[in-house]
Amino acid sequence: MRPLDGVTVVDFSQFLAGPYAALRLLDLGARVIKVENPDRGDLCRHHYVSATRVEGDSTLFHAINRGKESLTLDLKSIDGQQAAQRLVAGADVVIQNFRPGVIDRLGLGYEAAQALRPGLVYGSISGYGETGDWAGLPGQDLLAQARSGLMWLSGDRGQGPVPVGLPVADIAAGACLAQGLLAALFRQARSGVGAHVQTSLLEALIDLQFEFLTTWMSNGQTPPRRMRQGSAHGYLAAPYGVYDTAEGWLALAMTPLPVLTEALGRPALTAELDGMDGFADREAIRAAVQAVFATGRAADWEAELAAKGIWCARVRTWEDMIAEGGPAVTGMLRPGAELARVAAPFRLDGQRPEPARRGPALNEHGQKLAAEFGFSAAAATG
Amino acid sequence: MTDLPLSGLRVLDFAQFLAGPVAALRLADLGAEVIKIERPQGGDLCRSMVVNDQRLDGDSLVFHTFNRGKKSVTADLKRPEDLADVRRLIETADVMIHNFRPGVMERIGLGYDAVKALNPRLVYGAVSGYGAEGPWKDKPGQDLLVQALSGIAWLNGNDGDGPVPTGFAMLDVATAGQLVQGILACLVRRGVSGRGGLVEVDLMSAAIDMTFEQFTCFLNDDSGQPRRHAQGNANPYQPAPYGVYRTADGHMALAMAPLARLAELLACPEIAAFGQAQAFARLNEIKSVVAGVLATQPTKHWLDILEPAGLWCAPVLDWPAFAATPGFAALDPVQVIRTEGGADAKTTRCPIRIDGRMLRNPVAAPALGADTDAVFGSLVAAARA
Repeated sequence: MRPLDGVTVVDFSQFLAGPYAALRLLDLGARVIKVENPDRGDLCRHHYVSATRVEGDSTLFHAINRGKESLTLDLKSIDGQQAAQRLVAGADVVIQNFRPGVIDRLGLGYEAAQALRPGLVYGSISGYGETGDWAGLPGQDLLAQARSGLMWLSGDRGQGPVPVGLPVADIAAGACLAQGLLAALFRQARSGVGAHVQTSLLEALIDLQFEFLTTWMSNGQTPPRRMRQGSAHGYLAAPYGVYDTAEGWLALAMTPLPVLTEALGRPALTAELDGMDGFADREAIRAAVQAVFATGRAADWEAELAAKGIWCARVRTWEDMIAEGGPAVTGMLRPGAELARVAAPFRLDGQRPEPARRGPALNEHGQKLAAEFGFSAAAATG
Repeated sequence: MTDLPLSGLRVLDFAQFLAGPVAALRLADLGAEVIKIERPQGGDLCRSMVVNDQRLDGDSLVFHTFNRGKKSVTADLKRPEDLADVRRLIETADVMIHNFRPGVMERIGLGYDAVKALNPRLVYGAVSGYGAEGPWKDKPGQDLLVQALSGIAWLNGNDGDGPVPTGFAMLDVATAGQLVQGILACLVRRGVSGRGGLVEVDLMSAAIDMTFEQFTCFLNDDSGQPRRHAQGNANPYQPAPYGVYRTADGHMALAMAPLARLAELLACPEIAAFGQAQAFARLNEIKSVVAGVLATQPTKHWLDILEPAGLWCAPVLDWPAFAATPGFAALDPVQVIRTEGGADAKTTRCPIRIDGRMLRNPVAAPALGADTDAVFGSLVAAARA
């Protein structure tokens, strides 16, 4: 039995953050009903440029929406709103990511939904919260990264802002929402009380940076300083970072300097670094260590240093990771002729939940859901 | 006001460093009582991991960031007397979390099967670097190293750069989130079935999950590792103009935008001439033209043109600028924590709001072993009663 067997999620959200939260609940056992607009559905079906499409929809749509049921409703029509109300009345969890205020105008805001289904657990994701000057701004990943200060943490000092090259705000906010919804479901089962769970891309990004922000707010606002080269953490001492070698790159985590120089066995380096401070002198330390690493291959350094207990890794590509990672990697991958998939990032009672083969076609489940929830089949406009 | 969702639950946090303790922190913010079980000599290694030379009441500020609002008891798990106390404590708990290397808890006698026999309702969370098997299982489960191994370092930065890691512990925080989700789902199930469960997460799986969108593209086409944009890269799989640009006085980010509309607003027909169909194939040429235009005027000039027209763009802010914005103020994301000794520090709050309530807890992290006598004493008292 999966933990959320029997839990029904009605998901009005699109793009990534909300649907990612729903995907996590799905992997935990919930049934997810995706409500889409009749005019082409979730924008994500068409959005991305990746050459691969599966049954007409983007690969990304399938990655995010595998295993869900799809229904199209025109939420501006009376029929569509009535059908949505029937769905909400039969739901345990509702998710929405409309801009602040929109869902209320559609008659499906938290209060209205709670009246339809007392004890409902209701989740809202916004870009920047529901009030204030930024509430109406588009809740888009890159723009939230730009506003959050996060772009000054990666890359080297001369590089200008460096975004995280994956949708980190969407995924972090979706994860936060999933956590709040689950906690609220737990309380609902104990006390019968519903909940409105809210988060935003910006709150999730602040949370992702919480370690650094806490430091910064307490140190007279001295910002983290990126290194000239191989930077990986603005507040950590040398030798932390990435090094260029004769072939490939080597990442080196926290390592006391005497331990490193001992492991490298180079008396000249030991002498050069003697008395240096890991933070104050980190550029000089880095240059000296870099000169040593440049004399060999990353794979050889990794083998030699790892055997001596030094925390290091050769920097891999995805091909390398799949070839070398063993079950830690392949356990999450489901190759397939139609669509290769990525499974859930956790195991429950020793088992990783098996991912569905694909996402739903637009309105694939409309007629079935109309019959099940008792609304007009005409509302589910295919 | 209703109770916090997890009020009345007891969580035992055997973990150190980041991922495990941060998962327990989230459970604490959601209302649970969290008791850290630490070794008597020095406790959680994070207490002495001083970053940027900052301490609060003797412990590193980072330790307080991850462990605020928790209790601390000390126990030497190699001593039979201490282990017996810990077993009694486990009998009273709802959740336990650890991040020992695979096999260590089993040798101590606190593996999942042994603990399940003690307390069948317990939800058991285990964090590792790379799962319990495979060639990497004994590698250190450290954020930067997992970034290096998982290909993530090739998504940041520009084509021609070496690997660019994400400059903060992104994977630790993501792993903590996965663990919280699994634990909470098992607690929901416990309400139905009466039995606990085992939740296992690892940093490598969290890394793959964070990239799952892009990684699914990679798995389904034959072009291999995606190529980063030549300049202003923000996601190798996004077409032009997606990315970051220099302006006359700073930087701005531009998300998805139709090229024809962008050309019109920037008064640059050259951009439209590429045609929307070329937005991916010729992205570097297109971005180069866009960059040339944007560099000629200050950020505000462009935002005033693009934002009212509905184009998705934003100034790139650093922390001093971000913290001074009304957007930051509206979220009210800062809270002050205070140690038993009266020392204060600012930190951020839980990013989840429940029923409009921001989850705050002004209590700093505990001194090592601060609650040992009270916690174990209450077990003895309960046993006598």
